[in-house]
Amino acid sequence: MSTSSGRPLSPRLQIYRPQLTSVLSFTHRLTGLIMGLYAVALVVWLVAAAAGSQPYSSVQTFIHSGVGQVLLFAGTWCFFLHLCGGIRHLFWDAGRGFELSTIYVSGWIVVAASAVLTVATWIASWMLSSSR
Amino acid sequence: MDRKLDAELLAMTNRPRLRSPLGRARGLGSAKDGVAAWWLERVTAIALVPLTLWFTASLLALSGGDHAAFLKWLKTPLASLCMVLLLSALFSHLALGLQVVIEDYVHSWAKIPAIVAARFACFALCVAGILATLRIALGT
Repeated sequence: MSTSSGRPLSPRLQIYRPQLTSVLSFTHRLTGLIMGLYAVALVVWLVAAAAGSQPYSSVQTFIHSGVGQVLLFAGTWCFFLHLCGGIRHLFWDAGRGFELSTIYVSGWIVVAASAVLTVATWIASWMLSSSR
Repeated sequence: MDRKLDAELLAMTNRPRLRSPLGRARGLGSAKDGVAAWWLERVTAIALVPLTLWFTASLLALSGGDHAAFLKWLKTPLASLCMVLLLSALFSHLALGLQVVIEDYVHSWAKIPAIVAARFACFALCVAGILATLRIALGT
C-alpha cells in the first residue's frame, strides 16, 4: 500500500471492538510467527543431539528448567492453536464454512480443541515420564 | 483467441473497469505467480498436519528419556524419514508465511531484503536440521 498517492486509507484497526473472528485471525498469524521461533529451537535441539551427549544434556537441562517448561507449555498451546486454526483455514480455502454462524462455531471449536489438546498432551507427558 | 484481442474486445465494450488508468500505467496488479506460493503454502500445511502430530507423539514417547534413547529413536528409518520431511515442509511453510507477513507490514525499501533474509534463514535452518538428522541416522 502506497501512502504517497494521498488517497484515503481505511480506518485504523484499533477503533474496532475485538471480535472472535478478528482475534483468531490475528492469533493465527502471531502463533505462526511464534512457531517459527520454535522451529529454530527444533534445529538447535537436533544439532545439539548430533553434536554429542554433552550439548544434548545442556539443551535438555534448559527444557526441564522452570523457564523451559513454561516456554514448552506456551509452545504446545501455540502449536495446537495454529494447527486447529490452520485446518479451519483449509476448510475456508475449499469454499466451506463461510456462514457467519458457522464461522463463530468453528472459531470456538478451535479455541476449545487447542486447549483440550494442550492439556491432554501435558497430562500424557507427565504420566509417561513418571512411569519410567 | 490471443490475449491482446481479448483485451481489445474488452476495451470496446464500455464496461467500467476495476483497474484505474494510473494503476495500469504504473504496472501495478498481479505478477501472475501468486497462485503458486498460495498453493505451496496449503500443500505444506496439509503435509504438516500428520508430520507435526507424529512429532508431538514422538516427543511424548521420548519424555523422560536420555541421549541414547533419542539417538535410538532418530536412527529408526521411519523417524529419520519423517524428521527430514517435517523439516522440509516446516521451513517451506515458514518461509511462505513470513513472506506474507513481510509483504503486509513492510512497505519501505527493506521489504525485498527482509524477504530474501527470511528465505536464506529458513533454507539454512532446514539444511542444518536435515544434516543433523542424517549425521545421527547414518552415524555409527
